[in-house]
Amino acid sequence: MQIEFLLEQVVNGLVLGGYYLLIALGLSLIFSVGGIVNLAHGAFYAIGAYIAVQLFDYIGFAPAVIASPVAVALLGILFERCLLRRFYTADPILGLLVTFGLAMIAEQAIRMIWGAAPLATTMPQSLKGAVIVGDFLFSRYRLLLLAIVAGVLAALWLLLQKTAFGRVVRAGVQNPDMVAALGIRLQPYMTAVVMLGVGMAALGGALFAPITIVHPAMGSEIIIVAFVVVVIGGLGSFWGVVLAAMLVGVVRGVTIHFVPAAGEASIYVLMFVVLLLRPRGLLGERIEKFE
Amino acid sequence: MTHSNRRQVLKGGAALAGTVALGFPAIVRAQAEAIKIGHLTPLTGFLGAIGAYAQLGVKLAAEEINASGGVVGRPIDLISEDSVNPAAAATKAQRMLEQDKAALLLGEINSASALAIMQVAERNKKVFFSTGARSDALRGKNCNRYTFHCDIPNTVMVNAVGTALLMQNMVKGKKFVTLTADYIFGHDLLKAAKAFFAAHDGNLIGDELIATDVTDFSPYLLKVRQSKPDVVCVNLAGNQVTNLVKQYAEFGFTYPLVGFNLNTGDAWAAGPGNLSGLWPTVWYHTLDNAASRAFVATFIKKHGKPPENHAWIEYISLKLLAQAMNETKSTDSETLIAHFEKQTQFDLMKARKGYFRTWDHQLVQEAYPFTVKPKNQMKDQWDLLELGPAVPAADVALETIYPGKEQNPCTMKS
Repeated sequence: MQIEFLLEQVVNGLVLGGYYLLIALGLSLIFSVGGIVNLAHGAFYAIGAYIAVQLFDYIGFAPAVIASPVAVALLGILFERCLLRRFYTADPILGLLVTFGLAMIAEQAIRMIWGAAPLATTMPQSLKGAVIVGDFLFSRYRLLLLAIVAGVLAALWLLLQKTAFGRVVRAGVQNPDMVAALGIRLQPYMTAVVMLGVGMAALGGALFAPITIVHPAMGSEIIIVAFVVVVIGGLGSFWGVVLAAMLVGVVRGVTIHFVPAAGEASIYVLMFVVLLLRPRGLLGERIEKFE
Repeated sequence: MTHSNRRQVLKGGAALAGTVALGFPAIVRAQAEAIKIGHLTPLTGFLGAIGAYAQLGVKLAAEEINASGGVVGRPIDLISEDSVNPAAAATKAQRMLEQDKAALLLGEINSASALAIMQVAERNKKVFFSTGARSDALRGKNCNRYTFHCDIPNTVMVNAVGTALLMQNMVKGKKFVTLTADYIFGHDLLKAAKAFFAAHDGNLIGDELIATDVTDFSPYLLKVRQSKPDVVCVNLAGNQVTNLVKQYAEFGFTYPLVGFNLNTGDAWAAGPGNLSGLWPTVWYHTLDNAASRAFVATFIKKHGKPPENHAWIEYISLKLLAQAMNETKSTDSETLIAHFEKQTQFDLMKARKGYFRTWDHQLVQEAYPFTVKPKNQMKDQWDLLELGPAVPAADVALETIYPGKEQNPCTMKS
C-alpha cells in the first residue's frame, strides 16, 4: 500500500516538473544565448497570467491562453531591443541588476494597474475533476497541461536542432565571434530567442492562472524555483533543464510524503547537493565565453 | 573593465532573488499638531492581498474622522507601512514610536509580526491595537496590558464552525484530516481544533503542516485522498487558502471541506464556483444593519469593490479608538487602557455591541459561520457567502464562545 502511495507522489512530481519547465526553459535559453540571468523572467510569467485572466471573459479560455503569450512575446521584442541588448557584453552584474530592477517595477506596475488584491479566476467546468488510472489519481487539467508542455518541448527541440534558425542560435551560444565572421548578424536571433523565452513564461502564467493565485508577487515567487531548476540542470543544457524540472518535482513530492513540513526546503537541499557534486549542474556544458 | 565570472554572478543572483521581500512604504503625513498613529500591515507576501484591504479600511476611517473635525480638535495623521515580516515589523514599530512620535500603534494580520509589535508596545508603554491577528497565544501566554485584540481568536472561529458542524452531526466518530499553515497562527489554530475534536469525539487521522509560501498543493491533496477522510479541515492562511480552494476544485475532491479560518479576500480570489464547505467569518458586507450598509456603500463608491473583513475591522478599530480618545479627551496610553478596561461598549456594525474584556483585552463580539452560495444565486462576484445565524445565539452571553481563563490564561504585568 505504502509503495503505491509513494509511486503516486513520484508520478505527480513528474507532472509538476512540467509546471516548472515552461518557466525554466526560457530562463536557460536567454542565459545561454545572451549571457544574462533574466531576473525579470517571473514578471513576464505574471503579466502572461494577468492578460490571460483579463481575456478569459471576452474571448474564452483557449483563445486567451494562446493570445496572452503572443502579446507578451511582442512585449519581449521591446524588452530585448531597448534594454537587454545593451548588456550582452557588459559586466554580467549589470544585466542582473537591471533585470532585477525591472522585476520590481513590473510587480509594482501590476499592483497599480490591477490592484493588490488577487484576481478571481476559474477554469472551464469541463476541465475540472480527476482521472483515475488504476490506483493513480490525476487532475484532468494537469494532464492537459502536461500534454501542452510536451508539445512545446518537442517543438522547441525541433526548432533548435533541425532548422537553420536553430543552427545559428546554437553556434551563437558556443562561438559568437565565429558566427559574426561568417557574416551572420546575431541580433535578430537574440530578439527571437527572447521572444520565445518570455512567450513560454507567459504561456506558463496563462496555464497556471486557473489553479494558482493570480497576484502581483506571483512572478517573484516562481522565479526562485525556476532559477533553482536551471542551476540544477546545468546552464545551456536543454535536457539538463528538463531532467532538473522533473527531479525537483519528484523530490518535492516524495519529501512531502514523508515530512510534509520540509516540502519546500527539499528543493534547495537538492540544489545544494547537486552543486557540491557537480558545480556545472547535472548536464551543464562547458561554454567557452562564460568561463 | 574587469568582468566578474558569470558563474559567480549566478550565485549572487540566487541570493538576490531570495531577498525580494522588501516592501514599499506608503507614507501618509499631515500637520504638526496631528495625533500620529503608526499603522503596520503586510502589503506583500502571503497575507499581502488582505493587508491591502486592511489599509484601505483604516485610511477611510482616518479620512472620515478628519473630515468631521478630528479627535479632540486635532486631525489624525496615519503613518501606514508594509510590515513585511516579524523582524521588519518590530523595527518599524520602534521607529514609529521613537522617531515619528506616534501616540500609539494599530494594525497587523500576521500573528508572528503582531507578537513582535506587542513586545515593542510593552517596552515603550504605548497602546497597540492588534486588528487582524488571530492566535489564541497572543491573548493568553503572550498577553500584555498595552495590547488590545480586535479580531476573533482561533478558538472562536473553531467554535463558530464547530457549533454548526455539531448541529449537522458532522463531528462524532467522523475522520478528519487537517491542513495547517506552518507558523504560530496555524499551530495555534490546530491546537484549538484538536481540543474541539477531543471534546466532541471527532477522530483526527491526519495532520499536514504546510509552509506559507507553498503554491502547489497537489502532493498534499494526494495524501489527503490516501488517508480516506470523512471531512477535510483547513487551518491555512492568506494565499494558501486561495491556492488550496482552487486546486481542491481542480482535482474535483468531494470530501466535505471545513475551514477554521477564512478571510473573504482569499475566497473572492479563488473565483466563483471553486469554494465549497463550511467556514467562519467575523463580518461580511451583506450583514443587514444601517451602520454596516452605510460603510459598505461609502467603501464601494470610493474603491469600486466591497470591503473585505480586514477593511471592516481596521475601520471600526480606528473609529472606536477615536471615540475613546474623544470620550476621555486624551491620547495617553494609560488613560485609554483604563477606559477600555471598564468594558466600555462599542458599536461594531453588528446586532450586538462589543467590548474589550478586562482580563485579556479581547474584543468580545459575535461571529458567523457561513456556507457558499450556489453560483447561480450570486448577485455579483462578491456575493459569495451565505451567512448563518450569529454565534452565540441572541439569548446566550457573548463570552461563551471565547476561551476562558482556565483554557487560555493571561497574566498582565502592570
